[in-house]
Amino acid sequence: MTGTVLTTRRVDAYHALTVVAPGIAERFRPGHFVGVAVGGPNTSMLTRRAFSVHDVKPDYGGTVEFVLSPRGPGTAWLAERRARDTLDLVGPLGRPFPLPRDPVTCVLVGAEYGSATLFTVADALQRRGCRVDFVLGAASADRVFGALRARRMGETTTLTTEDGSLGLRGRVTDVLPAVIADVRADAVYACGPMPVLRGVTAVAVELGIPVQVAVEERMACGIGVCMTCVLPVIGEDGVTRMVRSCVEGPVFRGERVRFDDVGTIPFDALGAPGGGTRHVG
Amino acid sequence: MSVDMRTYLGHVELANPVTTAAGCAASGSELAQFFDLGRIGALTTRSITMAPRAGRPTPRMAETPSGLLNAVGLQGPGVDAFLERELPWLAQRGVKTVVSIGGGTVAEYTALARRLTDAPGVTAVEVNLSCPNIEDRGRVFARDGAASAEVIASVRSVMRYEVPVVAKLSPDVLDIVSVARACVDGGADALSMINNPLGMSIDTEAMRPTLAAVTGGLSGPAIRPLAVRCVWQVHAALPSVPIIGMGGVLTGRDAFEFILAGACVVAVGTALFHDPYACLRVLRELEELLAARGFHRLADAVGLAHRPPGASTRHRIDLEESSL
Ligand SMILES: Cc1cc2nc3c(=O)[nH]c(=O)nc-3n(C[C@H](O)[C@H](O)[C@H](O)COP(=O)(O)OP(=O)(O)OC[C@H]3O[C@@H](n4cnc5c(N)ncnc54)[C@H](O)[C@@H]3O)c2cc1C
Ligand SMILES: Cc1cc2nc3c(=O)[nH]c(=O)nc-3n(C[C@H](O)[C@H](O)[C@H](O)COP(=O)(O)O)c2cc1C
Ligand code: FES
Repeated sequence: MTGTVLTTRRVDAYHALTVVAPGIAERFRPGHFVGVAVGGPNTSMLTRRAFSVHDVKPDYGGTVEFVLSPRGPGTAWLAERRARDTLDLVGPLGRPFPLPRDPVTCVLVGAEYGSATLFTVADALQRRGCRVDFVLGAASADRVFGALRARRMGETTTLTTEDGSLGLRGRVTDVLPAVIADVRADAVYACGPMPVLRGVTAVAVELGIPVQVAVEERMACGIGVCMTCVLPVIGEDGVTRMVRSCVEGPVFRGERVRFDDVGTIPFDALGAPGGGTRHVG
Repeated sequence: MSVDMRTYLGHVELANPVTTAAGCAASGSELAQFFDLGRIGALTTRSITMAPRAGRPTPRMAETPSGLLNAVGLQGPGVDAFLERELPWLAQRGVKTVVSIGGGTVAEYTALARRLTDAPGVTAVEVNLSCPNIEDRGRVFARDGAASAEVIASVRSVMRYEVPVVAKLSPDVLDIVSVARACVDGGADALSMINNPLGMSIDTEAMRPTLAAVTGGLSGPAIRPLAVRCVWQVHAALPSVPIIGMGGVLTGRDAFEFILAGACVVAVGTALFHDPYACLRVLRELEELLAARGFHRLADAVGLAHRPPGASTRHRIDLEESSL
């Protein structure tokens, strides 16, 4: 649970922290995330922050690395950590990415720091003989994470920025249909902000190929007890349920997530007000 | 030196005074991955409702200084799924289970209680009175002594006599003692406090309320002084009624504070989100604290802070002797 920070480094707009955490590294599978306590022992910040695991290495019994984008007080505190500081982590959390049994061609789509999750997926896919192609994008060049590594690992790598400072001007969803067609992709894996996942899913559904997405919802516990991280997901039985993205996710089949209804309780969801249930508060 | 940590909820004995707070441990299986649930005094379930409920839209949470706002809206699969899967799972593991129930009408609470009467593995029933009464213009039961008492009396009348009925009170009232008294008069065997006071936060970037439901329940250390005050006042007025104290317990010291104020059981809620092992840690720290202060039994510390000013800790030993 308590890990020691081994290294911290700036990667363009992001901070990468490598922490010695053998218990987490040992059980890690691509797509897992960690819950990190912020602010120190007497902090007023009660909830853990969730971060996807970017990399796992065997050094010092096992290390995990995550990439963070400073945005609020918790990530700001983490960005100030230095080597030898201790961090309190829980993990690995969530359901990992399912991997195909056969050696197929996969397009990996990452937006902003979402790309950080993709490299362990790419590694696992390649070990199964899959061909991997990357599409990475962000608002500007300094926010595209992992472009170099993608170029080294991927068969092809397509980069997009909204301001045109790197790669093609536009968003990942603008170039995705052409990439899928060019590489004759069999499956898509995506990670990034919710609007991107929604767009990527729409493209994959349109082209009739399966898509796995790792969603990002506000989480208070990350371990399935608080019920704050729910989103509407269609089950095998066709019934929509408000499911917890921390334990039933964060990875879902894209077409099962009702992206248009995230932030609402769809009227036909199980237990929705009016759906045969009285609303009691 | 070891301390006798046993405590009583009505006439039900618990091995120790630590339980989870309703809605903060789901139905147990998630926490069981972190520790053996049999090691805590009891597990309190989230509030069970008659029908499945999808709850409120997201965002459902916002962090506040030393606190958390939540607007979950009693999401759950309904009593049938609870009785079919969740309760048997707990019962098989021998976990003492306090079942929390929530409803919109007196009839709904009563029907829920009736469903629980024959279910094996119900240690106690906690009645979450912080639900809006749909027959009374959405007024929350817990804000009205008479409405609360009516629910409690009805639940008590259908529950087996050996299962204690616990009334869970809200601090959002003018006089918590009068609501507590009404519940006890209605047949409550114990009281639980406090449920979340209502709070709100506004996202200054978006310039809109942070929670989709606009307001939410505040929990965590931010509410601890409010909770300790409620426990203190009710224990002073009704010293023989067992109290489950909760609100911002993060450490054994916090639990001890509730015990000194008059609680004989302490529930850990929001702390579980920060530390899944919090219950066991609080229990260990509490036992160490009691031992360090020379207590042989937890029971001797319950309500001890109510002794008159100037009375020394000798008083405690007198109490102990007189109870022999
Ligand atoms: C499964 C998952 C994986 C993630 N992976 C990464 C990652 O690899 N790199 C990265 O930089 N960020 C990641 N995030 C987002 C990261 O958790 C938030 O940016 C961070 O919690 C913000 O904390 P803060 O204190 O800086 O900001 P604040 O806005 O002050 O946070 C206040 C509260 O809101 C919650 N919160 C705010 N924004 C988010 C958000 N987008 N998602 C979830 N909770 C939020 C926080 O948990 C906290 O409780 C991930 C989120 C999830 C759910
Ligand atoms: C996410 C969340 C869900 C809750 N759900 C319930 C519930 O279903 N029933 C209930 O009686 N109280 C519920 N509560 C209130 C807690 O049981 C407890 O009374 C309160 O949070 C104070 O304790 P704490 O500060 O340790 O969390 C909930 C609290 C939180 C934070
Ligand atoms: S974050 Fe608590 S249930 Fe998912």
